[in-house]
Amino acid sequence: MPINPSLSPIREADFGPAQARHLLSRAGYGGTPQDLFEWQSKGLDTAVQQLVQYNDIPMGDLDIADLDPDVIRKLTAEERREFLAARREGDQKTVDKFRRMRVAANAEDRRMHAALQRWWVERMAQTPRPTEERLTMLWHCHFATRHRDVRDAYLMEQQNNFLREHANGSFRELASGIVQDPAMIKFLNNDQNRKQRPNENLSRELMELFTLGEGHYTEDDIKAGARALTGYHIEDNDFVFNERQHDTSNKTILGSTDKFTGSSFVELLLAHEACSRFIALKLYRHFVADVSDDWDLLDSGTRQVVDDLAKLLRDEDFELVPVLTRLFKSRHFYDAGIVGKQIKSPVQIVIGTIHQTHAPLRSDRAIATALRGMGQQLFEPPSVAGWEGGKSWINTSTLFMRQNTCAYLLTGTTPGKTFKKSDVDYNPMPLIAQFEDEPAKVVVDRLCDAMLGHHVGVARREPLVKFMEERSKGVTADALVALLLLITAMPEYQLC
Amino acid sequence: MCNHYHPLSTDTPRLLDAAFTRRRFLGGMAMLSAAASVPGFVGSTSDAYADTNWYTTSKAGVPEDRVLVVVQLSGGNDGLNTVVPFGDDNYGRARPGIRINNAIKLDGADGLGLNPALRPLHDMMGEGRAAVINGVGYPNPNRSHFKSMDIWHSAKTNEKDMRGKGWVGKAMDTAYPLDRNGVAPDQAGMACVSIGNNTPMAVNGAHVQPVAFQSANAFQWAGHGVHDAVSKGYNQINENVAEAEAADPLAFVQRTTLDAQVASSKVRQAVKGSTETRFPANPLAQQLAMVAKMIKAELPTRVYYVNLGGFDTHAQQANKHTQLLTQFAQSMRAFYDELHKTGHDGRVVSLAFSEFGRRLRQNASAGTDHGVAGPCFVFGPSVKHGLHGSYPSLDNLDEGDLVHTVDFRSVYADLLDNWMAIDSRKTLGARYDPVGLFAKEKRA
Repeated sequence: MPINPSLSPIREADFGPAQARHLLSRAGYGGTPQDLFEWQSKGLDTAVQQLVQYNDIPMGDLDIADLDPDVIRKLTAEERREFLAARREGDQKTVDKFRRMRVAANAEDRRMHAALQRWWVERMAQTPRPTEERLTMLWHCHFATRHRDVRDAYLMEQQNNFLREHANGSFRELASGIVQDPAMIKFLNNDQNRKQRPNENLSRELMELFTLGEGHYTEDDIKAGARALTGYHIEDNDFVFNERQHDTSNKTILGSTDKFTGSSFVELLLAHEACSRFIALKLYRHFVADVSDDWDLLDSGTRQVVDDLAKLLRDEDFELVPVLTRLFKSRHFYDAGIVGKQIKSPVQIVIGTIHQTHAPLRSDRAIATALRGMGQQLFEPPSVAGWEGGKSWINTSTLFMRQNTCAYLLTGTTPGKTFKKSDVDYNPMPLIAQFEDEPAKVVVDRLCDAMLGHHVGVARREPLVKFMEERSKGVTADALVALLLLITAMPEYQLC
Repeated sequence: MCNHYHPLSTDTPRLLDAAFTRRRFLGGMAMLSAAASVPGFVGSTSDAYADTNWYTTSKAGVPEDRVLVVVQLSGGNDGLNTVVPFGDDNYGRARPGIRINNAIKLDGADGLGLNPALRPLHDMMGEGRAAVINGVGYPNPNRSHFKSMDIWHSAKTNEKDMRGKGWVGKAMDTAYPLDRNGVAPDQAGMACVSIGNNTPMAVNGAHVQPVAFQSANAFQWAGHGVHDAVSKGYNQINENVAEAEAADPLAFVQRTTLDAQVASSKVRQAVKGSTETRFPANPLAQQLAMVAKMIKAELPTRVYYVNLGGFDTHAQQANKHTQLLTQFAQSMRAFYDELHKTGHDGRVVSLAFSEFGRRLRQNASAGTDHGVAGPCFVFGPSVKHGLHGSYPSLDNLDEGDLVHTVDFRSVYADLLDNWMAIDSRKTLGARYDPVGLFAKEKRA
């Protein structure tokens, strides 16, 4: 059956438990059977609206990361004089003193980086605005910036805050803000982009990876774009427009000639016909399906959906809320060919399991290690192109890690260690409070509906039902943990 | 603790059979036999190497598919105190506190010697199973650990071209291409095994992904011990897999699940036994002991990747560096002794590299700072032993650093083209002259 390419909404009446589950798995991280019941009860319009327009939902007492901005800093003028003199005079002792200072600052920065990673994991696990975090992750992957290059966790935190602040806002603000983002400027060496010696790095990625995609610009456009971005520098931890280093002359970019600055360069890119399609495809790949990132390789139905989304983006001046709202209500989104066919990212595995089972977050460190092992270390995308996603998440090694990370969350046992009942420290019974007196089969079905999806059929659930029915003491906490373990070990759990 | 049930143990023939049959596994099993070691590869190799008399497996019945072991020495090994240019006054002058005064002189190389901690390696050179490549590096060197390691891993000097893929992974992509349905051949499943929790970029391919684990025991589902009956359920959910079209992501996950179970079972089975050789008690030796067992078990693996860290010797380096070199040399010796005893040494070549060397001049903390070019080591009786490359001049430094004489991609090209019989151009994007590690020559 071909997939329905229509972006027109499904009927309110068709927003059943399966649709509510699909919506929450894609726009968020899924939920418990009770969560899903509540989301469905809201109805399609309200559910989508509350997910996408989350800004008024109170955040509660979630901590802010609050990193020290001054760990990574430039030498003071006096220190610099001392250092240069020592180097000139071959005073190794003093040179070494500065080296040790640098080493200590970098070590502290790495600690802050780890703290930042933990902070984000906790926020995703606890947030009442799941779509906000899903979107922030999308932009982190889109405007991929690596701490190992930036080497300043504070700047990474600032960037993360910026991305979150505009996560459901306007792509226009995201794109124009990112060329003034200190972490990005440092990452792509724009702090070395000077009038006399332009550095093309940011200009190139801005066109190739952030707005247009490959094939829509020339090397000359990159050179001219770099000149527009000259003088977009950092001072201390802030963006500065260094007028003396900015090239004010005319530049010809994509056929237009003007005294472009970074901002007007971004405006030019947003007006390019390729931009809306490029961003629409990004949104589509994040929320809908693991298709190619090359529009030319898409099938005709998918092209149509992407182009309809692109048109909407243009019509709405790159505002994201209307686009996401249309998408999350659409016939296409709820088509059987879409539901349960997307491979979860490692973050979705970890955070999803927590949202769906209320398992404790356990050791931050273990989670950070697990994410790294599964290939998604936060703030460390493999390159400026971000994470590839889709099938690339899964291989023989990461598959066990994904299953075992779930096992760890549910039981507290790390892989290779012997299971100890005392480590479990998790009571799953509230999960089934609404139906704990029902027969084992009902318990299994409700959990499978929520965690695997309604589309996963009877035959696949059979071993789980059998497991539960054979428990002589009935549905105990122990048996329930084991059942959840089995559910998370199902191949279907890798998908959403 | 090992009374856990594991899915492919002999008391559950059902899953085993089901799993193997379902995924075209007859082919998968055949791949383990000597005759059909690596389809598509064997044909070309046997022709290409028919006239060589230097390459033979040591024992009848041992398969001839060739194995590469990559030993990563992380942190930037001080090449100058590893292969020591003791005859050059510049060396002694630049390193008054940490110079090696009692290097083991190397035959045929005036003024060059090995750090005495490398005695076992020197012996291996004498026995015709170790080689040194001097002066390996790349243009416009980067002194960041991460960046330089990325360059070595990706074999790309421009970050933009890396895309998270490495030279080993890409070579495996070439060796085991996807079929018309986009499905990887069975051999791709375990083509590369990487030991350690953090998979190095080097082993990531576009579709061939490494099997990676820190300990074999952790390379399985962790849920088995949680409940008496849970293993039965686990096997059933993986046994009665859903019908799914080849293009369906569920089919891909199911296939990978079975691959993972098979790989897990094979690996854990392979590393169970003990080695005939006593391996020293250091982390590298322990990894190599596992690799030796997997090679002996004839896993269908072409590349193993192991790691020894700690080479970032900025301060008081003498003892630390000696200790690391000792561990390295002793481990390699034990590894090849074991391979020799099991008859597999002829089909195993190992490359040891570090992301960069260190500066000529010592620093004020009796250590050395990040430098550039350094030596690589290659092991195996199939390698042309002795010295390769020329030692960088200490008179002609680039801002206090050695200038490389051998591009690291030449080393990769040699290993891929002339050992693995995998066209290196697809991996490296260009043709690089081989170092000559496998130059054909008559041996006495």
